[in-house]
Amino acid sequence: MTTVEERPTVLSARNLVQEFTVRGRGGIKGGVVHAVSDVSFDIAEGETLGVVGETGSGKSTLARSVMQAPRPKSGEVVLRGVNLTTCKRAQLTEARRHVQMVFQDPFGSLNPRWRVSDIVAEPLVGYGVGSGAERERRVRELLDLVGLNPDTFGRRRPHELSGGQCQRVAIARAIALDPALIVCDEAVSSLDVLIQAQVLNLFEQLRTELGLSYLFISHDLALVKQVSDRVAVMHLGQLCEVGPAEALYRAPLHPYTVALLASIPEPDPESARRRRPLAIRGEPPSPISPPSGCRFRTRCPRAETRCAEEVPVLRELAPGHSVACHFPEHDGTP
Amino acid sequence: MSIEEMAERTAIVADGGGQPLLEVEDLRVRFESRGRRVNAVNGLSYRLYEGRMLAIIGESGSGKSVSSRALMGLLPGSARISGSARFQGRQLLGLPDREMRRHRGADIAMVFQDPARSLNPTMRIGAQITEAVRAHGDVDKRAAYERAMELLQLVRLPAPERRFHEYPHQLSGGMRQRVMIAIALAADPKLLIADEATTALDVTTQAQIMELLLELQERLGMAIILISHDLGLAATYAHDVIVMYAGRAVEYAPASTLFAAVRMPYTEALLGAIPRLERPPHSPLPVTPGQPPDLTALPAGCPFEPRCPRAQDDCRTEAPPFTEHEPGHWWACYHPCEGSSS
Repeated sequence: MTTVEERPTVLSARNLVQEFTVRGRGGIKGGVVHAVSDVSFDIAEGETLGVVGETGSGKSTLARSVMQAPRPKSGEVVLRGVNLTTCKRAQLTEARRHVQMVFQDPFGSLNPRWRVSDIVAEPLVGYGVGSGAERERRVRELLDLVGLNPDTFGRRRPHELSGGQCQRVAIARAIALDPALIVCDEAVSSLDVLIQAQVLNLFEQLRTELGLSYLFISHDLALVKQVSDRVAVMHLGQLCEVGPAEALYRAPLHPYTVALLASIPEPDPESARRRRPLAIRGEPPSPISPPSGCRFRTRCPRAETRCAEEVPVLRELAPGHSVACHFPEHDGTP
Repeated sequence: MSIEEMAERTAIVADGGGQPLLEVEDLRVRFESRGRRVNAVNGLSYRLYEGRMLAIIGESGSGKSVSSRALMGLLPGSARISGSARFQGRQLLGLPDREMRRHRGADIAMVFQDPARSLNPTMRIGAQITEAVRAHGDVDKRAAYERAMELLQLVRLPAPERRFHEYPHQLSGGMRQRVMIAIALAADPKLLIADEATTALDVTTQAQIMELLLELQERLGMAIILISHDLGLAATYAHDVIVMYAGRAVEYAPASTLFAAVRMPYTEALLGAIPRLERPPHSPLPVTPGQPPDLTALPAGCPFEPRCPRAQDDCRTEAPPFTEHEPGHWWACYHPCEGSSS
């Protein structure tokens, strides 16, 4: 971990807040969805920060706030020294080439009428990189890198590809401009396991070969552990635990992380037919009117009166391992 | 009941309950359109006994959903279905629509992946459940209401009196799926088919719904077919597991047997490729190269052969038969894995 911490920071997010107004009947203001509430994190060069959370936890909104699409309500995002939240439009366009995104739906994120080679060349054309011949060479290089034969696949269109192949094309497009950071929003979630393993290994290969950093967002805890150096657990717009992947999974601090980990069905011979007690009951509260104090307290087995009165702040209990909880599972030294 | 009778009953339960509830034999489904033939299911056979949960596991295009929809008569006209599927001894395949409708819901009910799309967005929850109740029995409004409330309590929907008058969009995904299960249970089916019923849900909600299904199974004595891509779900909840590949069953065993000693290289590949909590970060996943086979042109040999690390020459000439190699453990492979615990 220390080696990672010594590397220069690529992206730094400070106190990000994103809110959406929902309209009630007749277009009257119905309420404010607190999608992201005061979230801060750093990503170092060559580091992968995994973000896990359930539906509605705000993890995708967090990704979009980082990309400034749309710009967050408050807080700042600094990418390699450039403050994206305050910079001018032209500067933002220039900065965006260093951070690219890979989405969940491999078909939906590719233009169905374009050929694969045109899709991968698009960012190069958009930023005016190289001559036509140079771009053609670069596209072949990129397709090779993601494991697609340029002669076979270059002239195909998305409907002639499988889901895994589409995702490889999306990855080739994302790395075309040599970005520093790739934001993956459920990037392998719609793929079958065998293909998912291929794409995950490709992400890892690109990280070591190109020194990429990732903000890797997923609902799947096991998946996130597979690729991450550090992991942030998100619940109802807030980070409730951040820590080194190994430590967070071995000795989770937040009751919510414990509950998430206990809910995963593991394909383990010993766990077969083992009926475990339900880790969590009830429905997640509404992000329009989150509970007072700790937002997890309504479903938390450890909640006490203090949790309703006082908002827990993220505090570091072990090196790099922080939790926002008044009554964490242990004191950080298990 | 005498002691002998009880002993006999226990013996029957232990060996699976005598007469199977559902007996599928050599089920084949082919789709034909514009001169293309897609061989979706290619000879699937299994037996399901009362009160058991059978997981049918496979990737996209393995035929797991198509085979179950064939039983329910839910496939489009372009589907060519052959083979046999007997429910309590009665043939289901080829039944005219009118007769099929009598089985659907009353004997076999189905819950789908997307509860938002399975419910009518313009109808209140209560109306949709009472509709299902009244479709299967001649009951008056009052009795239908009471039955609907009973069902909502059975599936543990929070605040059922209030939810009864709400619309689907006012419910969370987990609550909608509970409503779908309540509708499926309206006519006391003997078999419930859950087709990726928890895939769209969060892990914590998935655990709740799975616990509910287990509880309902015990209380109502239903059999359940759990169709999923998730081997973890099968390992945790199912009694028996079928693994499908390219429209065929390739491995079949009680869950405890299967996960203790996987024999089919495909099943082993699936297990290896799942990111596991005990694996350290950045450890490379074992890779199975290639893509699933083209269902319009299946090879003569084993369909997994091009991707299989254990493949030899004989795998290419003829597809290995699906047979019971060990008591209760079936597989389709000439060169199976050693079967030591993974």
